Amino acid sequence: MYAQALNVAEKAHADDPELRARFQARVDAEEKIEPNDWMPEGYRRTLVRQISQHAHSEIVGMLPEGNWITRAPSLKRKAALLAKVQDEGGHGLYLYSAAETLGVSREELVGQLLTGKAKYSSIFNYPTPSWADMGMIGWLVDGAAIMNQIPLCRCSYGPYARAMIRICKEESFHQRQGYEIVMTLAKGSPAQKKMAQDSLNRWWWPALMMFGPSDKDSQHSDQNMAWKIKRFSNDDLRQKFIDATVPQGHFLGLTFPDPDLRFNEATGHWEHGPIDWSEFNRVVRGEGPCNRERLKARQKAHDEGAWVREAALAHAEKRAARKAAAKIAAE
Amino acid sequence: METPLFTYTLRLADNALVLGHRLSEWCGHGPMLEEDLALANMALDLIGQARNLYTHAGAIEGKGRSEDDLAYLRDCPDWRNILLVERPRGDFAFTILRQFLYAAFMHPYFERLAASKDETLAAIAAKSVKEMAYHLRHSAEWVIRLGDGTGESAARLKEALEDLWPFTGEMFEVDAVERALIEAGIAVDPAAIRPAWDATIDHVFGEALLARPRDGWMQTGGRRGEHSEHLGHLLTDLQFLQRTYPGATW
Repeated sequence: MYAQALNVAEKAHADDPELRARFQARVDAEEKIEPNDWMPEGYRRTLVRQISQHAHSEIVGMLPEGNWITRAPSLKRKAALLAKVQDEGGHGLYLYSAAETLGVSREELVGQLLTGKAKYSSIFNYPTPSWADMGMIGWLVDGAAIMNQIPLCRCSYGPYARAMIRICKEESFHQRQGYEIVMTLAKGSPAQKKMAQDSLNRWWWPALMMFGPSDKDSQHSDQNMAWKIKRFSNDDLRQKFIDATVPQGHFLGLTFPDPDLRFNEATGHWEHGPIDWSEFNRVVRGEGPCNRERLKARQKAHDEGAWVREAALAHAEKRAARKAAAKIAAE
Repeated sequence: METPLFTYTLRLADNALVLGHRLSEWCGHGPMLEEDLALANMALDLIGQARNLYTHAGAIEGKGRSEDDLAYLRDCPDWRNILLVERPRGDFAFTILRQFLYAAFMHPYFERLAASKDETLAAIAAKSVKEMAYHLRHSAEWVIRLGDGTGESAARLKEALEDLWPFTGEMFEVDAVERALIEAGIAVDPAAIRPAWDATIDHVFGEALLARPRDGWMQTGGRRGEHSEHLGHLLTDLQFLQRTYPGATW
């Protein structure tokens, strides 16, 4: 009851045109919005959704690459891959913390992931059957993520922007590391080169889909642009990614699985063929190759960890009680 | 014919790699995010120690074998790790208790090895001792939390201890290979580690309300290349690409 009353009060407050105007003026002036500042309810909700989706993506994203940690082909690669997947867990941790500044708990957000209420990036619903996928995820998936994330370093919400600065630095290192794996394979034996090409064939289109639906079909864009949560359109970012990536692939002697891919001399851009949005929608709906597997793996880790979390809590409570008892005894 | 110093260095390296590999199996599956990161940290430390030790072993041998040749191209009988580290990862109680038993030994061990007459081993030990101090602190805190946590955590920890205790004796074994190196001031005498190990175990088990098992019959063999059924499966994963694509560069 009390919470409900609070929500109603907040809602009335949220519609206050004067507060909204003042908020928008601060955003327009490129001031950072901080946790204790007034913000429209829609802004808060949008950020919670976006930051938590991003956090979930980092955590679920540990699984496809984690698949190769025990099988990495050299000790150097093993250490680098383990460190990379660990970085992703670290990104998840600061993103959950950034989301918590908006008044939601990590437990609540993780609960939304496990029940399927919250989404994560669909790219992680694709499998990693080959070692080349470790290179391709770094080069293409992290590469696409960076294109999306660099503008977020200037996001109007301070805690998110600051988390993204650190994340982008690490992601760009991961991208170079991934490209180096692909390069080693592309310059290796015919079997290794085939491994790299096969992996590119599988990841190219899903990587392009990471930028989200085409601008004409994107639901959230206009308001998010005005709030400076988003600064570039999906299609613009996708184009930027293609222009940067295609020459890197050609340099390695790899072929992109798009017969319509061609360079337009007049515009200076690479033009791509039609993206199969029906595939994107299918995977978002849950009908991708690994959706069920990924969520089940998260659920399993969560369930198997329950007794550990309970023990840590019980022990902390016992210690606190003993400390309190000792204090009373001393007095 | 392996020289004693090569075998000794390989034993240290194999312990570190096999345990690092087991810890790395947790990545993405930890009981909480913070612990997922901590287990990966410890795995990275151990893999790093193994890399330095393999490189040194290769140099001692002088046949041009690299760290990867040693890690990826040996079959079970040529592995020299103790059996403790090759046990499958088990549940979190098993993993963290094994880490504690290992770190409680290796921390004082590296402290002494840092004074080895072999300068490379001494340098590797000086770096590793800082890492093992963290592993020891972190794992001991968890042993206490689990032992003095809930009924379930205490029961799981006790079960893990019963599984693991018979594998602790091998850490203290000394054979002819090591005896000569100990006398030459190169290797560490594990008998000298015993008092520190006992004190750590007794202190932490006391806080964890965990009864120390009697030192009865102990498992042995890993250091001589006589392994359990589990190492072969670990190597199947570890060596898959190197074995499937011989001679490739990665």
